Amino acid sequence: MIRLQDHLTFTLRSLTRTRFRTTMQLVAMAIGVLAVVLLTGIGEGGRRFVMAEFASLGNDVLVMLPGRKETTGGLPPLTGEGTRDITLEDAQSLMRISGVERIAPIVVGISRLSISGLSRDSLVLGTTEDFFSIRDLAFSQGQAFTTREGSRSRSECILGATLRDELFGPKRALGQWINVADYRCRVTGVLTDSGTGFGFDMSNALILPVDNAMQIFNTEGLFRVMIQIENIDAVPAMTTAVEQQMKLRHDGQLDITIVTPDSLLSAFNNVLLIMTFSVAGIAAISLLVAGVLIMNMTLIGVAQRRAEIGLLKALGASSKEVRLLFITEATLLATSGAVLGMLIAEFILWGLRFKFPEVPFATPLWASVSAIGVSAIAGILFSWIPAQKAAKLPPVLALQAQAGK
Amino acid sequence: MTEAMKTGAIKVRGVHRRFQLGDQTVHALNDINLDITQGEYISVMGPSGSGKSTLLNMLGLLDVPDEGEYWLAGEDTVPMSEEARAGYRRDHIGFVFQSYHLVPRLSARENMELPMVLAGIPPAERRKRLAPVIQRLGLTERADHKPEQLSGGQRQRVAIGRAIIMQAPLLLADEPTGNLDTHSGADVVELLEELNAQGITLIVVTHDMALGQRAKRRLRMVDGAIVSDDTFAIPPTEEPAV
Repeated sequence: MIRLQDHLTFTLRSLTRTRFRTTMQLVAMAIGVLAVVLLTGIGEGGRRFVMAEFASLGNDVLVMLPGRKETTGGLPPLTGEGTRDITLEDAQSLMRISGVERIAPIVVGISRLSISGLSRDSLVLGTTEDFFSIRDLAFSQGQAFTTREGSRSRSECILGATLRDELFGPKRALGQWINVADYRCRVTGVLTDSGTGFGFDMSNALILPVDNAMQIFNTEGLFRVMIQIENIDAVPAMTTAVEQQMKLRHDGQLDITIVTPDSLLSAFNNVLLIMTFSVAGIAAISLLVAGVLIMNMTLIGVAQRRAEIGLLKALGASSKEVRLLFITEATLLATSGAVLGMLIAEFILWGLRFKFPEVPFATPLWASVSAIGVSAIAGILFSWIPAQKAAKLPPVLALQAQAGK
Repeated sequence: MTEAMKTGAIKVRGVHRRFQLGDQTVHALNDINLDITQGEYISVMGPSGSGKSTLLNMLGLLDVPDEGEYWLAGEDTVPMSEEARAGYRRDHIGFVFQSYHLVPRLSARENMELPMVLAGIPPAERRKRLAPVIQRLGLTERADHKPEQLSGGQRQRVAIGRAIIMQAPLLLADEPTGNLDTHSGADVVELLEELNAQGITLIVVTHDMALGQRAKRRLRMVDGAIVSDDTFAIPPTEEPAV
């Protein structure tokens, strides 16, 4: 029986001394694994980027809007009465429900801003200071509303980053007065640029205390109420509690809709699912391509070495030993090719992360594992079958394969 | 492995081998009976297709008869498993082929070492056994060259080195000079006969009358059967082979 060390030496020699064949097989294997790891890494990065965008909304925030949105059909309301507004009092009453940490009533409108004769239209948002903590908004200058609700002198406003630049340019904004329709307010804070989220581009908005905004827009009804709850696991219970409270206040009618983070996510679920499926599909195709590449290279290798199999048998190797030699070789080759491909892919992904830091390019473990698994299995299987065949041949026939050489 | 078992005594009884070529059956070996004692020098001659190579393959356990018995070193090899036959080939038989059959990526030394590697002999022992063989074959200078860097005669000497490294009692040579020029052919024949003189059984298959007639015992085959089996008392002539 051949010694283990000699077995390995023989295998390594056959790899290192037939450089062209070894290189080609290594390249085939590496490309296959590279394709899978890289593609799934990019796909997964995109998927996680989208997920993170949704997560920025906050998992613990329920959003209440007026009107009942039903998708279950049924007759339209015949009472002739429109949906009732959510008033500021309705919103404040939610604070009495235990488990509610913060609420932020929101009114939204477009209004004309003017400073010293210049004017433009802008998104105007009315809310309370809790809004900033719910949405995790930070200030580059100044701070949130300084005076308490209900006080008479609340003529304050906060600017989004873009709006500040457009209105004031290089000049100082803090402490300046702005006319919002017929209302004057002093700039007390500027937001850092936090991008979009939840449908509003905060960097283009002017934010006022909610009661002032309701006066400007002459409305009793709120556009949204954001409700931050204490316990993420209590989302269904809190939804019911808020609905009960509102029903009580609206004469037994459930005329509000609560959007939970889950329902938001499930609305986008199809998109995410399709994305996941396409990533999986790309991975599957690359794996297939890798398998075929590996199969071809290995088949050629074994066909070329049929004579050698015959010779080894004539020199006294048993069929089992001959098979084992080939399997070892294929395994070594497949493993190093796979590792090589994975390293290159990880290197490229690292480069991508470096270039686009906001997208978390990373290959999920299942993709790396299955890429290496499939290429190893393909490499071993497709050298096993021909090696098996060659080993079964009577040595004399295998030897004749070389006779013409 | 005791020395008593390492004899090349051969007993062949009623061996047949048929090949299917299309819808035609070729009777490559037809009722072969043969007794060979250790140390004989035998040549096998005959026209192409007479079955001499098949006979050699069969004697070398590279091929299995369809029927009959083939006794080697006191055991019938026909019912053996392929694995057991592989062990027998390794320990009892050395091959020398017309086209050398060296592993191209291995050096001369490594090619000669290969049977010992397959037999699981430790490296120190392998080196000890290789040194005298390499010296005797005159390959000291070329031992680390690849086959492609060697001349035909040198390649065949490497193949002979590989065939005798396991100290097999039986050496089978299939047209050993077929690919060589006159001078290297004579060299190789001389080497083979030297080994025979030291007690190894040598069976040479050849087309070449001159080479065939150097053997004391000459078999002639036609259509798969041995038609003559003559033993000559005279020693081999001194004229060069080929």
